[in-house]
Amino acid sequence: MRRSLLFIPGNNPGMVQNSDIFDADAIIFDLEDAVLPQEKDAARTLLHAYFKQFPSAPYETIVRINTNDSSIMMEDLSMCLSSRVDAIMVPKATKQSLFEFLDILVTMEHSLGISPRVTLIPIIETARAVWEAYEIVQCPRVSGVLLGAEDLSTDLGIPRTASNLEILVPRSLVVLAAKAVKIDAIDTPFLDVDQEANLRADAEFSHSIGMNAKACIHPLQVGIIHEVFSPTSAEIRQAQKLLLAEEKAKLEGKGAFSVDGKMVDKPILERAHHLLEKAKVWGLIP
Amino acid sequence: MKMATCGTYESNDCFVTVMPQKTGRTIQIESIVFSSFGAQIQAVIEGILEELHLDNIAIAIQDKGALDYTIRARVLTALQRAGVSL
Repeated sequence: MRRSLLFIPGNNPGMVQNSDIFDADAIIFDLEDAVLPQEKDAARTLLHAYFKQFPSAPYETIVRINTNDSSIMMEDLSMCLSSRVDAIMVPKATKQSLFEFLDILVTMEHSLGISPRVTLIPIIETARAVWEAYEIVQCPRVSGVLLGAEDLSTDLGIPRTASNLEILVPRSLVVLAAKAVKIDAIDTPFLDVDQEANLRADAEFSHSIGMNAKACIHPLQVGIIHEVFSPTSAEIRQAQKLLLAEEKAKLEGKGAFSVDGKMVDKPILERAHHLLEKAKVWGLIP
Repeated sequence: MKMATCGTYESNDCFVTVMPQKTGRTIQIESIVFSSFGAQIQAVIEGILEELHLDNIAIAIQDKGALDYTIRARVLTALQRAGVSL
């Protein structure tokens, strides 16, 4: 279960070795845009050495690999498969490119004698990918999908605005596609690190339309994202109240029951169970 | 083998230069924590050279507080850039 996914430049030892103090649910070690072309080899070797010296972490380990150069992609993938990496983030995904990538992954796993373990997180960052989102999320091993609004805006030939209206439809399509197959809908990062109030408003909006996690680019953003994407104490109390009422109704042999004068049906109970499950995983309740 | 470098002078990193030499190994260490960790840095580099059976090589490292994994990674990348097959 993810709320926050923090990007860290893959060639920065100071950030890499402090990754466990940022409290993010997942760390995305970036080998793509955050690394200069001539330093790709150094970043890959640095991460491999780091994962080898520190074989476990209190967060999900994700690596964003390079896909625009096949030889670099193969070396990135090989590094991921020979280390503790939990998920591979695949940039510029389309239906065709993702299924081709899956074939390469499976072939490499087979040749290395590695059992299928890593999951995939494609980035939806082109107009074509938005249109293909529902097919992309049906690719085997996909555990979440990230909307990349900056590259998408470039592809659309439009500027990003403070209102975010230009990404309303892509956001909604990504949410619908992800939720249709019950995987994480991960929102695009908020880039203005100093604007905490705007980050909160942006996260609250994306949460309100169904995103359940948000990527971030600075450790200071993690706390706000956790506040927005975690259940509130009032929501937890209400869910606990519903489940107590459910237990009582079962003991009394009642099929239907009400709480605070409102009928409680199956979807409401499912939401309550899911909310408490998340609260437990994130340490909000014992 | 040719001369090659890897790394930065940023905190927690190191800058490594490798170059061929006629005979033997030379390891030159310059570190902000040399008095406490100089021997450990030396051991990490010697360990890599042993693993790869590399002789006739000179390595210079300017360390800014790098941990072992960073030193190892920077040396390995510099060697690869120098043409050493890893």
